[in-house]
Amino acid sequence: MADVTLKGITKSFGKGGAKRAVDGIDLAIADGEFVVLLGPTGAGKTTTLRLIAGLETPDAGTVSIGGRPMADLAPASRDVAFVFQQYSLYPHLTVYENLAFPLRSPARRMEAAAIDARVREVAKMVRIDHKLENRSTRLSGGEMQRVAIGRALVRRPSIYLMDEPLSSLDAKLRGELRLELKRIQKDLGATLLYVTHDQIEAMTMADRIGILAEGRLVQIGTPREIYADPANLHVAARLGQPHINLLPVGLLPDVPAPPGTTTIGARTEHIALAREEGGNARVDWIEHLGDQNHLHIKLGEQKLVTLADPDVAVSPGDRISLSLRNPLYFGQDGQRLV
Amino acid sequence: MSPAKTTTVNTAHSVVEPSARSKRIAGTLVIVYALVTMLPLAWIFLTSIKSPPDSISYPPKILFTPSIEGYCNLFTTRTRQTPEYIASLPAPDGVCDAVTRQRNMVIAGPSNFLPRFTNSLIIAFGSTFLAVGLGTLAAYGFSRFKVPMADDLLFFILSTRMMPPIAVAIPIYLMYRQLGLSDTALGMMLLYTAVNVSLAVWLLKGFIDEIPREYEEAAMIDGYSRLQAFRKVVLPQATTGIAATAIFCLIFAWNEYAFASLLTSGSAQTAPPFIPTIIGEGGQDWPAVAAGTTIFLVPILVFTILLRKQLLRGITFGAVRK
Repeated sequence: MADVTLKGITKSFGKGGAKRAVDGIDLAIADGEFVVLLGPTGAGKTTTLRLIAGLETPDAGTVSIGGRPMADLAPASRDVAFVFQQYSLYPHLTVYENLAFPLRSPARRMEAAAIDARVREVAKMVRIDHKLENRSTRLSGGEMQRVAIGRALVRRPSIYLMDEPLSSLDAKLRGELRLELKRIQKDLGATLLYVTHDQIEAMTMADRIGILAEGRLVQIGTPREIYADPANLHVAARLGQPHINLLPVGLLPDVPAPPGTTTIGARTEHIALAREEGGNARVDWIEHLGDQNHLHIKLGEQKLVTLADPDVAVSPGDRISLSLRNPLYFGQDGQRLV
Repeated sequence: MSPAKTTTVNTAHSVVEPSARSKRIAGTLVIVYALVTMLPLAWIFLTSIKSPPDSISYPPKILFTPSIEGYCNLFTTRTRQTPEYIASLPAPDGVCDAVTRQRNMVIAGPSNFLPRFTNSLIIAFGSTFLAVGLGTLAAYGFSRFKVPMADDLLFFILSTRMMPPIAVAIPIYLMYRQLGLSDTALGMMLLYTAVNVSLAVWLLKGFIDEIPREYEEAAMIDGYSRLQAFRKVVLPQATTGIAATAIFCLIFAWNEYAFASLLTSGSAQTAPPFIPTIIGEGGQDWPAVAAGTTIFLVPILVFTILLRKQLLRGITFGAVRK
């Protein structure tokens, strides 16, 4: 395991570099750290991983792994392991052969007995040891993805790079594998860079989350910091369920907004509600999710969504009083004001 | 129509399953088509086991005594001898010897059929191997790398197929004479490779495009060079495409007649121009010609049966996406 440093990494695609996929990213990943890059499709997450792996060459900037600059080094010489989003397994090989494939490479030349021991150990770790002789195409989606993760884990590379490895799985399996992956990473003390657009994966697994938008690293910090202390509107909008409510300043006159505020961001925990005849807002609709309710509220013409306990006795059409508690303030340019 | 009746009709007729009637019609059509295409082949085989007089009798004989004479004549040259000389010979050595003596002839030596057939095997399989090998590498290059003017190059490669190859027969004849490639196995192999490689590049590019490049990328990260990844990951997955392409190339090279008759006459002559020239006493030896044709059909038949699944996939290629 090793630390990984990106300095000013830039990469463009298209005719004459028309599209900037990655735009001057600086990122330092410590040895043994689990870093998640979170961002929407097209934010440059995958490209960042591919640049570290050496599958793409940066237009500018440097990648170093364990202090060693990686420029001009072929992917095979970089000592990284990659889990792809899909097409992860070699379809003409069995599960066992897939897991052994990296160890049999000319770059490693491990002995057959050592390979066998390692493959069986990792197969147990990702719980696929009962299907080692299956063809890799004869597996369920979850099993395939476990093998794909296993194929990365048979190695002890400088860094594991994972590109949305859980995105093609159903919710239950994703939840299980999320826990398993975090446990394995802790046990191995592995350095791991994980890319996703799923905020729950980011919040639950990461030591630090980096928020990517349009090729730039907007903010990086612990999950708590990113959630509670977002640098701008974009970061605030990435996290929180239901989605953060963005209100124009002055909608609720008694909020002590700092000068220059144009937008107020209010998540569930920033909103205080009480049922009250003649209150300033009205319950528009209630979505029952079982353990909780999504309350759709109308404040004048402004719509808000917030969580409520199922036992809160309100029904559509009720008047309520709504006030804000320490919401987030954003200026004209979307930057956070404190 | 009452609503109840409509419901019955809808449940009885499935949209996906063909009805028994349409299955019967399809089956009949296939059988009729198979009979029509197989009749000439059956006729050739039957002619090959007729005696020379039976083979040219009119009306054609459907029932006849089978004879091995055609095959004997195909593989031997014979000379006419007097009955007294033949009577003085020791007992005939083998079936062919006996059959030949009944016609007042003795076997003088082997015919040219076996060397010509061997030429066909060497040239057809050699050129197929070259065309598929070069085609796979070129197709991989076009599929995976940024080749400058790739579209123009691919069009140029395809354009070599836009006229019948025989249209360039005279320039090739002159070139080959200058280069000393006339009537050589190497010359024929190069020629068939040149014709087939365009087909191979186009077919194989389609197959390789279908193999996601993530596999190679994964292999390269796993410690393999690009060439090793190509061999370990791309080739095994491209076998279907390679097999289909090989059959198409082989069929062309095996059956090619025009260039073979123009450019080869002696040592490098292939079977197609040789077979029709088999002449017996007093004209064409039809049973021998038919015997040569029958044997000529065997390799391609075996090859096609062995790889028929891949061939079908090659024909329907591109029609269905996974």
